[in-house]
Amino acid sequence: MRGVRPKRMGTAVAVPLVAWMLAVGTVRGDDLTVVAVTIRDHRFGPSEIHVPAGRPARLDITNQDPTAEEFDSPALKVEKVIAGGKSGSVRIRPLERGRYPFVGEYHEDTAKGEVVAD
Amino acid sequence: MLATALIVFREMLEAGLVVGVVLAATRGVRRRGAWAALGVAAGVAGAGVVAALADRLAALAQGTGQELFNAAVLTLAVVMLAWHNTWMAKHGREIADRASRLGAAVAAGERPLIVVSVICGVALLREGAEVVLFLYGIAVSGRTGTNTMVVGGAIGLLGGALVSTLLYLGLTAVPVRKLFAVTSTLITLLAAGLAAQAVAFVQQSGYLEVWTSTAWDSSRWLPEDGLPGRVLHALVGYTDRPSGAQIVVYLAVLLVIAGLTRVVRSRVLGAAGRAAA
Repeated sequence: MRGVRPKRMGTAVAVPLVAWMLAVGTVRGDDLTVVAVTIRDHRFGPSEIHVPAGRPARLDITNQDPTAEEFDSPALKVEKVIAGGKSGSVRIRPLERGRYPFVGEYHEDTAKGEVVAD
Repeated sequence: MLATALIVFREMLEAGLVVGVVLAATRGVRRRGAWAALGVAAGVAGAGVVAALADRLAALAQGTGQELFNAAVLTLAVVMLAWHNTWMAKHGREIADRASRLGAAVAAGERPLIVVSVICGVALLREGAEVVLFLYGIAVSGRTGTNTMVVGGAIGLLGGALVSTLLYLGLTAVPVRKLFAVTSTLITLLAAGLAAQAVAFVQQSGYLEVWTSTAWDSSRWLPEDGLPGRVLHALVGYTDRPSGAQIVVYLAVLLVIAGLTRVVRSRVLGAAGRAAA
């Protein structure tokens, strides 16, 4: 049994996980609120982003700076690196009404904003 | 420069704590330092690769490549830590016996030590990639000089190494006989915390939209982005606004690893009892 258990454990975890991801993957992305956001000169525009409360949403973030930025928000439970000159999407889970601050972790003094669920 | 150092330190803190715990947990095992160093080196090299491929990685799986990669790396770490803990439950007693009798390191079979390398490597891979991207950004923007980047980065890295060393020294002050119980508990908590982080990334990618709402909010008393919050986050998986799914997975991993460790330990004790009789 020595050395066998971890392999079995890995398979036992990986197989159902992948199968389920494929299953879920096909039903993702239904009636989302999509908000376009840009990063420029290490600032978010808009810096106040409105999304409907209780519904999932998506932020499509385009980084117009040449350098990478990390969209970081413990309140939204999101950490995402967006490479320089690239774009990336951040999914917002259904939120209760309120304000959810976020920052660009690499330039926290200027790159900051809030998602407002209303 | 201070800002650079601080950001690098913050990213390295988590990796430093993991390496410190693993080194303390394998105390008395011969050549574990070399295996750990190998893992750290591989992790740093891997971080460079991940950073270089960051935007291609992000584009995978309908733009959720980065999240799924992070979740996979964290899951690998959880499995490795679980394996490590059961292995130590099996051999820890023997190692502690000999180490306290002879005051010497024990060769306890080389194979499982690859686990030490993988854990260290994985710890550096994810956070390391973020450091590389950040420092590369500074280098490209050219606003702050290269010196700032090098010195700030070095200070940050040294800070991470310092934390690792302090934790290691603190743990090795524990008597050898109790050390394994302490490190076994620490590794179990560490693994549960990493599993909860993996869940956060899976939920961020939109693949697990159950129990996504915040179970509690302790960010006012112990913010996750303050220093104490960060240390607790790295060591025991503290999260100031956990989702329900994170809590469920945290507890499940805790129970599974503690259960496995206990089963292995009681078998070893049973075998020892029969041998003595």
